[in-house]
Amino acid sequence: MAHQHRDASILERTRLTLDGAHKRIVVVGAVLAVAGLGASWVLGQGEGDGMRHFWFAYLLNFMFLLSLSLGALWFVPLQHLTRSEWSVVIRRIAEIVSGTIPALGLLSIPLLLNLDHVYPWTDAAHMEHSPLLAHKAVFLSPKWFIVRVAVYFTIWTALATLFRRWSLKQDESGDVAYTLRSEKLAGAALIIYGLTQTLAGMDFMMSLDPVWFSTMFGVYWFAGIVVSFFSLMLLLTLGLQRSGRLEGLVTKEHYNDYGRAMFAFVFFWAYIAFSQWMLIWYANIPEETMWFLKRQENGWSTVGYILIFCHWLIPFAGLMSRFTKRRVPLMAFWAVWILVMHWIDLFWLIMPELSPGGVPLRPVDVTLLIGMSGVFIVALGLLAGNRLLIARRDPRLVDSLNFENY
Amino acid sequence: MANDNDTTTGRELYGYLAEFSVPGDLLDAAEKVRDAGYENWDCHTPFPLHGLDHAMGVKGTKLPLIVLVGGLAGLTLAGLMQWWMNAVDYPFMISGKPYFGVPAAVPVMFELTVLLSALTTFFGMWGLNKLPQHHHPLFNSTRFKRATADRFFISIEARDPRFHLEKTRELLESLNPDALETVED
Repeated sequence: MAHQHRDASILERTRLTLDGAHKRIVVVGAVLAVAGLGASWVLGQGEGDGMRHFWFAYLLNFMFLLSLSLGALWFVPLQHLTRSEWSVVIRRIAEIVSGTIPALGLLSIPLLLNLDHVYPWTDAAHMEHSPLLAHKAVFLSPKWFIVRVAVYFTIWTALATLFRRWSLKQDESGDVAYTLRSEKLAGAALIIYGLTQTLAGMDFMMSLDPVWFSTMFGVYWFAGIVVSFFSLMLLLTLGLQRSGRLEGLVTKEHYNDYGRAMFAFVFFWAYIAFSQWMLIWYANIPEETMWFLKRQENGWSTVGYILIFCHWLIPFAGLMSRFTKRRVPLMAFWAVWILVMHWIDLFWLIMPELSPGGVPLRPVDVTLLIGMSGVFIVALGLLAGNRLLIARRDPRLVDSLNFENY
Repeated sequence: MANDNDTTTGRELYGYLAEFSVPGDLLDAAEKVRDAGYENWDCHTPFPLHGLDHAMGVKGTKLPLIVLVGGLAGLTLAGLMQWWMNAVDYPFMISGKPYFGVPAAVPVMFELTVLLSALTTFFGMWGLNKLPQHHHPLFNSTRFKRATADRFFISIEARDPRFHLEKTRELLESLNPDALETVED
């Protein structure tokens, strides 16, 4: 019979932990971190601009990794809130990714110590004398900025830790109370997440141009967060399965759902990006349009066109068919593609403020990505440890194992 | 067989109707009918049965292609409509924008794409399923009423090229249905 019910006994037939490989992951991450950050420091000095490019590139790659981490922090409570069945087999992986939040908090400290290299509002005199900025001077001051960032990371760390810890405790006792407790917290967690993620996006990226404002900016970043997070999840899941873990537990059906989310949020990203752009184009108010004008001149329009075609049209067409979504190697290609595009999207958001006169792509942008990803990988390795990679005693595990799309 | 009585008054043979009380039995039976090579046959269940498409060997639907055409038609229609109205038939300057500004046209292009896609999905589904039908021969069977409550049915139509009064009956009997009857129209 084609219809086989899969029970929890199939968990015995595959590896459920990293089996010591986490040590290798930590070492590889540490080597990448040291080499990448070291090289970046040297390359940054070589720019001869008093490390201005270095700190802009640092912000860029910090936002990239924060996107992945925050994606997981959004995903985990959402699964509890909706009492999702399909995602139970892969939820632990997302819990591990969300656990990298404190590492990102750590990475934010060097940036917080060098705000004046990046943010024009650190110049208090400039803020007070501009009629467009005077009323923002209190909000956009280094002191309050640092306080807000500290609050964001405290809240995010608390949420990520709670959901992850309860899930791990359920591995031991199998107590359904942990699931119920997670479901209870999930609604509030998502509201808090929505507010803090929006504000953090405004603080870290929108305030690069303190005059400019857009109420859609937080959602725009959110769209990028979600689409890049699902891409990362697909690659992590595939990596674990290729190395002989979770074999037979995560099936084509689950990959199909990753693909759906990627497809949906590629379009959501375009929808939000266009809405933001069109409203500003239509109203035609100078303090709003100048932000886009900067991104449509001196070579930046090329980056904009790359985004329209490669962040939206091409993956939109490529991910549309069910045929693609059910072919895992093809989806791995699109996942890498989307991650690269999210990086370029952030580049387009951040770097014009450093160099409105031209596209400033430098080796340091990439070496910082390598170095900071090294820190991210170390965090992933430590968080995964030798613990279970699947929420083994989740009450919905068997439903998840048998999940099918129709 | 005990339940061999025909419930219809009968003019022309429509086909056989086999009744099952357990969804799993229906799935097993559907696989056998599929493997026997029948084409004009169907399963009837009170609720969507996971795995039935596969068990019946149902091929992928053509609906997405129809929807694609509908969507592209909506996109084109919206673009042409706005261009013709605003830039040709009644040129009207609005806040210094071009007569035909593509960004301003995008929302309507998007909405009409969605609208025509939705309409072609809905009515395309009707067309492919030959809806609406006011009558179906299976309604002549009293037993068939339970297809909307708690029974699962396989019907094989007499117009199927492989249909054979005895052999088809033998096949269906070998599937151990709770009941087997002929349906006439």
